Amino acid sequence: MSEKKEYKVIGTRPIRHDGVDKVTGRALYGADFQTTGLLHGKVLRSRHAHARIKSIDTSRAEAHPDVKAVVTAADLPTAADKIADLGESAVNLKYLCDNILASDKALYTGHAVAALAASDPHTAEEALELIDVEYEVLPPVLEVREAMEDDAPLLHENLKTDAMGEKSEESSNVASHFQHKKGDIDTGFAEADVVIEHDFVTGTVHQGYIEPHNATALYNPDGQLTIWCSTQGAFAVRQQVSEILQIPVSKVKVVPMEIGGGFGGKISVYLEPVAALLSKKSGRPVKVLMNRAEVFEATGPTPASYIRVKMGVTNDGRITAAEGYLAFEAGAYPGSPVGAGAMCIFSPYNIPNGLIDGYDVVVNKPKSNAYRAPGATNAEFAAETVVDEICEKLGMDPLEFRILNGAEEGVSRIDGPVFPRIGCIEATEAAKEHPHYEAPLEGENRGRGVASGFWFNVGLKSSVAINVNPDGTISLVEGSTDIGGTRASIAMQAAEVLGIPAESVYPTVVDTNSVGYTDVTGGSRTAFATGYAAYEAAQDVKQQMTERAAKLWEVDAAEVQFADGDFVCVNGKDERMSFKELAARLDEVGGPVTGRASVDPTGVGGAFATHIVDVEVDPDTGKVEILRYTATQDAGKAVHPSYVEGQMQGGVTQGIGWALNEEYIYDKDGRMSNASFLDYRMPTCLDLPMIDTVIVEVPNPGHPYGVRGVGEVPIVPPPAAIANAIYRAIGVRMKELPMSPGRILKTMGKL
Amino acid sequence: MRAFDYIPAKTVDEAVALLAEKGDQAKPLSGGTDLIVMVREGRRQLDLMVDVKDIPETNVLSYSQETGLHLGAAVPCYQIYADDEISAAYPGLADAAKIIGGTAIQGRASVGGNLCNASPAADTIPPLIVLEAVCVIAGPNGTRDVPAEQFCTGPGQTVLENGEFLVSFKIPAPKNNSSSYYLRFIPRNEMDIAVVGAGASVVLDTEKTSFVSARIGLAAVAPTPLFAEEASASLAGREVSDEAVNAAAEAARHIARPISDMRGTIEQRVHLVEVLTRRALNGAIHRVKES
Repeated sequence: MSEKKEYKVIGTRPIRHDGVDKVTGRALYGADFQTTGLLHGKVLRSRHAHARIKSIDTSRAEAHPDVKAVVTAADLPTAADKIADLGESAVNLKYLCDNILASDKALYTGHAVAALAASDPHTAEEALELIDVEYEVLPPVLEVREAMEDDAPLLHENLKTDAMGEKSEESSNVASHFQHKKGDIDTGFAEADVVIEHDFVTGTVHQGYIEPHNATALYNPDGQLTIWCSTQGAFAVRQQVSEILQIPVSKVKVVPMEIGGGFGGKISVYLEPVAALLSKKSGRPVKVLMNRAEVFEATGPTPASYIRVKMGVTNDGRITAAEGYLAFEAGAYPGSPVGAGAMCIFSPYNIPNGLIDGYDVVVNKPKSNAYRAPGATNAEFAAETVVDEICEKLGMDPLEFRILNGAEEGVSRIDGPVFPRIGCIEATEAAKEHPHYEAPLEGENRGRGVASGFWFNVGLKSSVAINVNPDGTISLVEGSTDIGGTRASIAMQAAEVLGIPAESVYPTVVDTNSVGYTDVTGGSRTAFATGYAAYEAAQDVKQQMTERAAKLWEVDAAEVQFADGDFVCVNGKDERMSFKELAARLDEVGGPVTGRASVDPTGVGGAFATHIVDVEVDPDTGKVEILRYTATQDAGKAVHPSYVEGQMQGGVTQGIGWALNEEYIYDKDGRMSNASFLDYRMPTCLDLPMIDTVIVEVPNPGHPYGVRGVGEVPIVPPPAAIANAIYRAIGVRMKELPMSPGRILKTMGKL
Repeated sequence: MRAFDYIPAKTVDEAVALLAEKGDQAKPLSGGTDLIVMVREGRRQLDLMVDVKDIPETNVLSYSQETGLHLGAAVPCYQIYADDEISAAYPGLADAAKIIGGTAIQGRASVGGNLCNASPAADTIPPLIVLEAVCVIAGPNGTRDVPAEQFCTGPGQTVLENGEFLVSFKIPAPKNNSSSYYLRFIPRNEMDIAVVGAGASVVLDTEKTSFVSARIGLAAVAPTPLFAEEASASLAGREVSDEAVNAAAEAARHIARPISDMRGTIEQRVHLVEVLTRRALNGAIHRVKES
C-alpha cells in the first residue's frame, strides 16, 4: 500500500462519539458505579518495604459490628506455579497472587496484606486498625545495582537467575539475563574512529492517570462473579481473576466502565480479586477504591534503570557498532519491561554490529508495570544522548546523522526482527524540514536538542460486531476500552467501508459476555487491530447487504456492486440504492443484518518519532523552561488526525514530566515520601508550551488503511531531546533522570 | 477518618469557649484547605471543628493610608489580590496570596489559616514578617498581640494556647518610598510548595538611592519561617547597589538551617536562599523605583 489513497471518512476530524458524556461529566467511571446493598472495602497495607509476615490476626476486625468480611492471602486458592497470560507481560501466578495479598512476605511499602468490607468507607478505614499484623522487619534493597550485589538482601529465597535458559545455582535478585547479538561487536568497534561510552540512571516514574484504581464485585451464591472496574482490558481482568481465584473464565463477567487514563498501568489487577473475595464472604456487592497514595505506593510504576551505552562511528558518520547494558528494576516480582527496552534502544538506526544485555532485577518497590512504550524511554534516553555526543564530536548535524544511519525496510534490529516498510527516515526528514529546526534561538542559557524514538507496537486479538439499523446507521459493538478516542477511530474505519458518515456509527464498549475476545487497549494496538476488526466486520456487512440487494432486485449477488456508498446493479438493470435506503428495506429480504469479525493481525507497523525542543535553563536555580517543542511521527495513516495529534502531545507531556521532575523519592527505610500529586511533580498546563505536531504518513502495508499504532512512541524521545538541549544551553551532559533543578545545579558544580 | 463534631461559632467568645472546652481535640476551621485534608488523611484526629469564618471579626478587610491594613484571619486569599489598593500597598503579600494553590483554593484558603498551619514553607509568612504584621489572638483571657515572626514555634506548632485562636492581622501602613516582594522556588510553575521562599520589604530614601531600612523573611529553610534580622539590618543606610544586595543575600544564607526532603536538599536550599533573597530584594527595589 505505497500509493496515496483517497478516503471519505479516514483522515477527517468528526466529533468523538463519547464526547458529550465526557465533557458534561455524565460518563460513568468505575467509582461512579452504585448498586443496592453496596459495601465498601479498604485494604490494609504494609508500612515496611521488606518484612516477613509472622502472623495476621483478624479477630478484632471481624468482631466489629459494621465489618462484614475480612480477607487475607489465606482466602486465595493455593497458587500453582503456572503462567497467566496477561497480554503484554507474563506473570508467574504465585507472584501474581502474592501481589494481590501478601502471603509470606511484604515486599514494598504499600503491599496489600489484608482487606475488609464495611457498611461505609470511613468505618472500613477505621476498622483496618483492628487487624493485627506481626512483622519481622528485614533490610530493604531499593536500587537495581545494589540489588545485583552478591550480598544484597534477597526478596525471594527461591528466585534463581534465568540466564538465557539456564537457571543459576544460587538464589539472586536477578530474575533473568538475556542477550541479543548481531554481527561482531569487536570488529565493529575496531572499525570505529570515534567511540563514546556513558552510563545512565533513570528514576522510578508512575503513569499518573487521573483516575485511581477501583473495582466493584458481586459474587453470587451460584458462583457467578460480576466485576465493574476501570481497566484497559476487560478480558485481561477476566483472565487474571479466573487464574487468581481458580475459577473458569465463564464464571467471571467483567463490565468495563469508562477509564480515566491507564497508559499501561490498568492492565494488571489489584483490587478486583480482593473485591470478589470480600463479596463472596459477605454475600453483598463490595466496592473498593484506592486513594492517590495507594495508587503511587501499590500500583505499577515503570521502573528505574541503570543503562550503559557504547557506540562507535567512523569519521564520515557511519555507525559501526553499538553495545547496550540494561538493568531494570522489576519491583517486588520479576517482569520489568527490560525486554522491550532492549528491542527499542538502537532501533532507529541501521547498525551492523550490536550487543545488548538485559537484566530483570527485583527490588523492594511496587511491581513494575507497563507505561507507554514501556522500557523504550529509559533506553532511548541513554542511546540518544550518546548519539548526540557523537554528532558533536564529528561536527555533524544530529538530524543528518540520523538520516544517514536511519533504519529502513530490510534492516534487521539487533534483537533480530527485520523491518518492513517503516517511516523512520521520513519522520526525521520531517523534523529537519520543519521551520523550528532552522529558527534562530537567541539568548543566554538556551539550547536546542533533538532525539528520535522507536516503539514496535503490537497486534493481538480483537472482535467487533456490527448491527445494521433500519435508519441506515450501524451499532458497532467492541471490547476495547476507549482511552484515547478509539471509539471514533474504530467507528471511522467501519464507516469508510460502508460509505456512511462517522456520525452514523454508534460504537459501544461492552462487557466480556457481550463481544468476542478482545485483548487490552495497550501496545498502541487498538486503532490498528480493533480497527482492523471493524474493517472486516464492515466487509461482512457489505457482503450480506450486497446479497440482500441482489435478492431485492432478483439478480445474482455477483451482479451487485458496492461503490461510493451505493449498491449498484451491473447486469443492465438500472438499479441503485444507498446503504441507508437498503437498510430500511432489509425486513423485506430476510430481516436484520449483523456483521462480525475476530482478527489477530500480524502486520504490525512499528512507529518512529523525532522531536525538537528548545529550553532555557536558569543557571542560578537549575530550573528548565521548555520554550518550544515540535514532534514528528510516522502514523502510517492518521484515521482521526486530532486524536493522533492528541496522542503525540500527551506522550510529549508525559515525557517532559519524566525528563524534568517525576520520580519516586524514598526514605532510607524504603517508604515513598512523595506519594501525592503535590510532590510527585507532573507537569501542569502552566509548565508547557503548545506542542507542535507533524504527522508523517508512511502507510503500514499490514493494515487495509495503512494504520500504525501512534499512542506510545511520542513519550520516547523527550528526555533525551531535553538532555541534549540542556547540554547546548549550559554545556552540561545530564546522565540521570529526572533532570530536576537540584540535580542540574549539582552537575553544574554549584552545590 | 473518624467522625467529629462541627460547630459554626457566631462570636469570638463562643469560639473561645468551644475551643477551651475541647483543648487539643478541637481546631478552628477557616477555609479548611489544610485542616480538612489532614483530617481526611488521618494525619490529625479531632473531636471538634469550630468554624470561625462566620465571626465578623475574622472577616474584616479594611485599609487606610493612615492606619494600614486590618485583615481578618478568615479572609480568603483572592480578596487580597483582587483589591487594587491593598495589592498596591502590600505587593509582597499579594505575590504570596496569588500563588497559594490554584484559583479554587484561593477562594477558600486564608492568610490566617496559612499562618496557623505553621508550615515552614508557608508562602504568606515571609511577607507577613517583612510587612511587620501583628497577629491578634483571642483567648480565654482576652486578646493579645504577637508579631508574625514570633507566631510559629516549630513545624505545625504555634504560640496559640488552649482556647486561643487567631482573629486578625494588623499591618502598618506602608512608608514612603517602600515596597515589598515575595517569590519562591518551585520546580514547576504553579501548584507546588516552596523549596525555598523569600520575602523582602525595603524603604528607600527620597532619592531612592539608599536604604532607609529593609526586612527579609525566609520560608522552608528552618523549622519555622525566619526573619533574617542581621541580613536586614545590614542594608540600613547603605547605598542601593548589587554589592549591598549580594552581601545581604550572603548574610541571609547563614541563618538557613534546612533539612533534606522530597522537595529539596540542604545544599540546594542553602544555595537558593542566597539566590532568592537577592531576587526578592531586587524585586522590591524595582517596585519602589517604578512607583
